Amino acid sequence: MDVFLRLLVNVLEEGFIYGLMAMGVYITYSVLHFPDLSVDGTFPLGACLTAALINIGAHPLAAIALAFAAGCAAGAVTGFLHVKLRITDLLSGILVMTALWSVNLVILGGRAVLPFYNKPTVFNTGLASLLTGGLHKRRVLLLVTLFAVIVKLLLDLYYRTKSGLLLRATGDNAQFVSAQGVDPGRMKVLGLMLGNGLAALSGSVLAQQAESANIQSGTGMVVMGLASVIIGSSLLGGLRWIKATTAVLFGSVAYKAALVAAMQLGLPTNYLKLLMAALFVVALITSQTASKTGKSLEGRRAHAKSR
Amino acid sequence: MRNPADFPAKPMNDANGHANGTSSSALVYPSDSPQNPSRDPLVRMAGIRKTFNRDSVNERVVFTDFSLTLDRGSFVSVVGSNGSGKTTLLNVLCGSIPQDGGTVEIAGKNIDKLREHERSRFIGRVFQDPSKGTCASLTILENMALADNKGRPYWLGRGVPRKRTDVYRGMLEPLGLGLENQMNVTVGSLSGGQRQALALLISVMTPLELLILDEHTAALDPRSSETVMELTERVVREKRLTTLMVTHNLRFAVGYASRLIMLHQGGVTLDAARGGCSVEDLLARFNEISIETGNGV
Repeated sequence: MDVFLRLLVNVLEEGFIYGLMAMGVYITYSVLHFPDLSVDGTFPLGACLTAALINIGAHPLAAIALAFAAGCAAGAVTGFLHVKLRITDLLSGILVMTALWSVNLVILGGRAVLPFYNKPTVFNTGLASLLTGGLHKRRVLLLVTLFAVIVKLLLDLYYRTKSGLLLRATGDNAQFVSAQGVDPGRMKVLGLMLGNGLAALSGSVLAQQAESANIQSGTGMVVMGLASVIIGSSLLGGLRWIKATTAVLFGSVAYKAALVAAMQLGLPTNYLKLLMAALFVVALITSQTASKTGKSLEGRRAHAKSR
Repeated sequence: MRNPADFPAKPMNDANGHANGTSSSALVYPSDSPQNPSRDPLVRMAGIRKTFNRDSVNERVVFTDFSLTLDRGSFVSVVGSNGSGKTTLLNVLCGSIPQDGGTVEIAGKNIDKLREHERSRFIGRVFQDPSKGTCASLTILENMALADNKGRPYWLGRGVPRKRTDVYRGMLEPLGLGLENQMNVTVGSLSGGQRQALALLISVMTPLELLILDEHTAALDPRSSETVMELTERVVREKRLTTLMVTHNLRFAVGYASRLIMLHQGGVTLDAARGGCSVEDLLARFNEISIETGNGV
């Protein structure tokens, strides 16, 4: 039972941390219908930047904020390549992802892994140090839940602003955005900035939890994010009172749970990425047969075509 | 849509069909409006040239030297067969495609350098496809609120201002389509006629110089198309909008417009003021063109 509880806590922790990234993928993939691969580069960008900053004594929260900003900047590059230079969506993402590999290496000072053990992180200073006893033992879970909920609520608020509504309109009908006197390309760049900013933020939180940054931590992030979005929207998308952000967070946890379950059943760790891809395919197929109609399905089809 | 007044749209001689600017037998009805000395030009297109796929086997010359002036406050109908340049005319005017040469002026200002979204601040456009004018995944209320904000920045202000909801309801009620009771319904679930009525309403929410109707009733059933056309007439009259309507419905073209233009091979082949041309005249002219260009009747 104790093992099960530990596994459950682990699933929830990682589910919420990667859920931050999945909410970003939701913006690019489901709102903008943009298959953005730069996430594989912006996620470790957040982690690497955080490690470098904390090692030189930056405040953990400042590291999170700067990671978000760096992710936004990288997303803006993807947007620039696609919107201004007219490079296809997939290729723009691949280019940024590839370029970020070098950027991340430089940030880590040429190392592939940069630990910062026993340095201040959000999980051992500030709010975390106020938690005592049993709560202190569960501080990681409590804090990542708090992060996930704050980001979710902020996004929900954002989707109701003028800018947020117009962003939702951009993926749906760029002509409509143009008719409102706004350049749809500009909205695409904005969406990509937000999506990649969240991916980097997620990477930053993961690095602080692990107290180290790994340049390879980005591999498979797109697949994980997309799987979370698709699992979430196919399991909970039919329920009108469930917000998309909630569904995505739920999808992220469910996806993690499936991975952990497979590992517990004895699958060797080497097969993890293979399993991630396989699970993604299963999620995609089941959601296609489950709902023949709906907007999210259209998005997936458009995505499938463009691949 | 299959209305007796609709003329059968026939492809004009595309095989050898290089446009020659103006038709040799231009039929210009005596009219007072276009020649009226007190006219107040709002739109002036001069010397427009446009060729698609230049220097390829698919080269298609649409305009060699096209000019058109629209008076402020006029309601101009444009008819013409497929390939006559109607859509290109609208696309050049709206900035959707660049012209090869010539200038477009609106209210005395040259707008050649403005991009499509910049022009849409003073040009409203309703498309044939009802799904183009509205956003399917947003609600009626959200669509209206976005359109209401046109010309102002889209930042982090409340997307749907609470105090405007009643104003929007007041705009929907006169349509008589029951939309005022479904303001929180996503637009994607509305019928084509309802969506097009909403698209029209949305396009004229902020002040415009010019309203462009791009076969906006063509995709609707006969009843919806009547409803949308009546709504169009009311909106244009109330807001005193200068309107350019492309249509295949000759009855609408003749009945609602203050000036009627027929395009043929990239030139104006007929230009008549209200009352100067009947549906029968138009049909006769279409048949003439068909014979001239060897399509038979």
